[in-house]
Amino acid sequence: MGEVVWTTLRLAGLTTVLLLILATPLAWWLARSRAWWKEIVAAVTTLPIILPPSVLGFYILVAIAPQSPLMTPLHAFGIRTLAFTFEGLVIGSMIYSLPFAVQPIRNAFEAMGERPMEVAATLRASPIDAFVTVALPLARRGFLAAAILVFAHTIGEFGVVLMIGGSVPGKTEVISTRIYQLVESLQYGEAHKLAAGVVVFSFAALLALLLVDRRAGGAQR
Amino acid sequence: MSAGVDGRFRGMVGAFEIDADFHIAPTGITALSGPSGSGKTSLLRCIAGLARLPGKLSVAGDIWQDERIFLPPHRRPVGVVFQEPSLLPHLSVRGNLEYGARRLTAVGTSLDEVVELLGLGSVLARSTTHLSGGERQRVALGRALLSQPRLLLMDEPVSSLDAAAKAEILPYLERLHRTLSIPTLYISHDAGEIARLADHVIYMRDGRIVPPRKGDPEGARRLLAAMSPAEKDRLALAALFAGL
Repeated sequence: MGEVVWTTLRLAGLTTVLLLILATPLAWWLARSRAWWKEIVAAVTTLPIILPPSVLGFYILVAIAPQSPLMTPLHAFGIRTLAFTFEGLVIGSMIYSLPFAVQPIRNAFEAMGERPMEVAATLRASPIDAFVTVALPLARRGFLAAAILVFAHTIGEFGVVLMIGGSVPGKTEVISTRIYQLVESLQYGEAHKLAAGVVVFSFAALLALLLVDRRAGGAQR
Repeated sequence: MSAGVDGRFRGMVGAFEIDADFHIAPTGITALSGPSGSGKTSLLRCIAGLARLPGKLSVAGDIWQDERIFLPPHRRPVGVVFQEPSLLPHLSVRGNLEYGARRLTAVGTSLDEVVELLGLGSVLARSTTHLSGGERQRVALGRALLSQPRLLLMDEPVSSLDAAAKAEILPYLERLHRTLSIPTLYISHDAGEIARLADHVIYMRDGRIVPPRKGDPEGARRLLAAMSPAEKDRLALAALFAGL
């Protein structure tokens, strides 16, 4: 059981870190660009919220299968497929949780307006300097919210993880898929332990999120 | 090549046409006046490099913009004081004052001088959230001065303040006026402020720099109010010569 929890936490942690790095430039672009087609990109990044996890999982599985053109360049490095691997699971989780990272960060960048960046520019800060010393600190609550959401959402995913991970013990088996298997084999006692743990964790994550939001509301301006 | 600032911008800001040909004197405060919506703020943003219109701009002989060159705002030694103080809320008062200074190698105006000039000693360590409106705008002004500007731009810096805060900050601006030796553009449409602070006045209407309208006593009064006695003498002489 410890192994399953460890795999789950490792998956959620890695997904959160990688996704925040990936989502930051995307959220910045969505918050600042005046391109007419940016809302198309926004819709695509939000799609994982409404797609059934089985649909998402199916397409990700196809994309990381050995025959996929996306995998061909990796064949040279001895990697034939990422299906049913931990790495594949990380990629799938990142796609699945992408909207939960982009949305809060984009909102935070939009809420701060153009002015702080203009002020920084008139005080000699280059765009990258201003981004690091002004935009990132001003959007920190957005980042915190995104981190909590992505981490909790990754712990809670089931369909995508089952489709592309296959619940291989010790490799891609996570808490949610283990609970399913325990229930299938009528081991309710074991299932209870894990399920109750997830409920408590999810509650704590949501509470943290609400507290972050409340502090953000009080401390602005 | 002249001292001071010479510029010309021509182009559209949204549906609004700017066609402004202007000069800002090398020292003293040049007030930029005109009705709201006449393009004053757009012009200031073009000078700071925050907005871009075709044209040219030189400051004390250095080209900031022409057909080939456009210096981005962070490469222009310009100090900007916006209408709202726009302090960086994640930094303390000191952090705001030093933000620009830390990015410079050149030394000039020191933190101590600015703190003394603007009376900021008692608020230096504070967070920006618990300052009065007047204090905030003084910090914004000090922050601009500490970035060692060679041109200072102020966009109605006191118009967002209430009467008491305005009365509090104007003496500081007058002090600044006496000590500052760089060209300064001060947007305002308050005749009283202009009379107190400005050495020169330029007037903007419908995106153009214009002389005060003929038969516009208000505009003429503003212009006169801002003139030095010597300028008034010259104007009177010119009027006599013209047979008026």
